[in-house]
Amino acid sequence: MTVESQSLPAPAPEVTPEGAPFWAATADGRLTLQQCAACGRHVWYPRYVCPHCHSTQLEWVEASGRGTVYSFTLTTRGILDYAGCGPYVLALVELAEGPKMMTNLVGVDTSTLSIGDEVQVVFADTGQGNALPRFRPLAEP
Amino acid sequence: MSIKRKAYIAGAYEHPGRELPDTSIPQIHAEVAIGALADAGLSLSDVDGYFSGGDAPGLGGLAMADYLGLRVRYMDSSDMGGSVYLSHVGHAAAAIAAGKCNVALVTLGGRPRTTKLRAPGQLMGSPPESDYEPIFGMNVSAVYAMAAARHMHEFGTTSEQLAEIKVAASVHAQYNEHALLRNVVTVADVVNSPFVSSPLHRLDCCVVTDGGGALVLVSPEIARRLDRHCVAVLGHGEAIEHTAGGFQDITVTGAVRSGADAFAEAGVRPGDIDYAGIYDSFTITVLLALEDLGFCAKGEGGKFVLDGALHAPHGRLPFNTDGGSLCNNHPANRGGMTKIIEAVRQLRGEAHPAVQVPNCELALAHGTGGWLSTRMGNATLVLGREDA
Ligand SMILES: [Zn+2]
Repeated sequence: MTVESQSLPAPAPEVTPEGAPFWAATADGRLTLQQCAACGRHVWYPRYVCPHCHSTQLEWVEASGRGTVYSFTLTTRGILDYAGCGPYVLALVELAEGPKMMTNLVGVDTSTLSIGDEVQVVFADTGQGNALPRFRPLAEP
Repeated sequence: MSIKRKAYIAGAYEHPGRELPDTSIPQIHAEVAIGALADAGLSLSDVDGYFSGGDAPGLGGLAMADYLGLRVRYMDSSDMGGSVYLSHVGHAAAAIAAGKCNVALVTLGGRPRTTKLRAPGQLMGSPPESDYEPIFGMNVSAVYAMAAARHMHEFGTTSEQLAEIKVAASVHAQYNEHALLRNVVTVADVVNSPFVSSPLHRLDCCVVTDGGGALVLVSPEIARRLDRHCVAVLGHGEAIEHTAGGFQDITVTGAVRSGADAFAEAGVRPGDIDYAGIYDSFTITVLLALEDLGFCAKGEGGKFVLDGALHAPHGRLPFNTDGGSLCNNHPANRGGMTKIIEAVRQLRGEAHPAVQVPNCELALAHGTGGWLSTRMGNATLVLGREDA
């Protein structure tokens, strides 16, 4: 089966001070990440302190929007906004920058989907001035 | 300072109920508290230390201490999901060793089966990840399923191997008159049951039940006075795993650290263990724990569980002889307490005769709480059949 983005809810996040730059960028269709100026590693999700080296020198950088499927599941157990939306794919996508991001895969055929598949970000408008980053198969160049 | 032989489990009690529509949650805590104390030959008036997890209604343990009329001089209401009761045994032993209390009560009780489940966001308040995970429909079975999928990808683990874990639990549950599921199932039954979150099937998941359990720990001096065969706390370890800023390996759990600490404190090795109570929210939870506790090499869990390895009484590592959470009960959506209680039964020789491990001297109990591969509590105990 194929889960299309339009069949899924797009609940709006509560925008916290740490996450405000991230959500603002999604409105422009850009995926951004924090990168630590002290240790150089990227950080997901947004926060005040680097979980790798505990520096507070975290800077926002633009991500490539590309990654690979690290793991995924076709789940029927939606709760909260996802209760009753039908089966959907929850996934961990390993971004090209390193961190794994929990997200949904859309526009994928679940009968052929595999760990390691290349994916690219797409945005689902929440209607509240920001958008959820989901991922679909990488388009052939 | 080690807690080894500084405290003894003198009382254990498991609520027989699995559906308790007419019992309040505080009453369940009270019933199991009284039951465990009676098992030890003690009463509520003897308790001076109280340990409770997030299932206890009210602010920490305050409301339950009031409800029970406890005269408490030491309290710990820390929480790490379903693993916290194993943690509490370690904390209680440390408190007893430090002279902070002499009779420690640990309780669990809940009614998820006959009341509407609270959504995790509500349960945990507004944690920092709440705007980056639940908005994609994260749910409990899905995160465990992703760990299973990744383990299959990396190590070639199969659904049939995971099913062997459920089969062993069901073989044990047939002897437990209180178990919610008493039918023996086959590997085919498991893999042919519908997917909940692929690759996990319905029979890869634990049951949801009402109920609870309690433990009483005492100082060695009190243990010697009691007319009860007590169980020594020999080792304890706990470890928190998390998403590491996005760099997590979801095939590895904190059992690597909690298990190593518990074994080191006890001065024993995995091969010495006669019986293992292992948290079994899902079959994959058990498989990962077996590897990470050192019962087999990483990635070899699928092969380890074959050939009846987990079956009592004669498998290489008899586990969850009450049927575990996969078949017996998972009260308050937290299975840690019952893993300890059945380990105590095994060490006392009080398990059902069909599943009692002969000469059970050394047992392990391990818990995994929270969300596997995101925010995960791990706690391990090594317990021994030794008099004070
Ligand atoms: Zn850093």
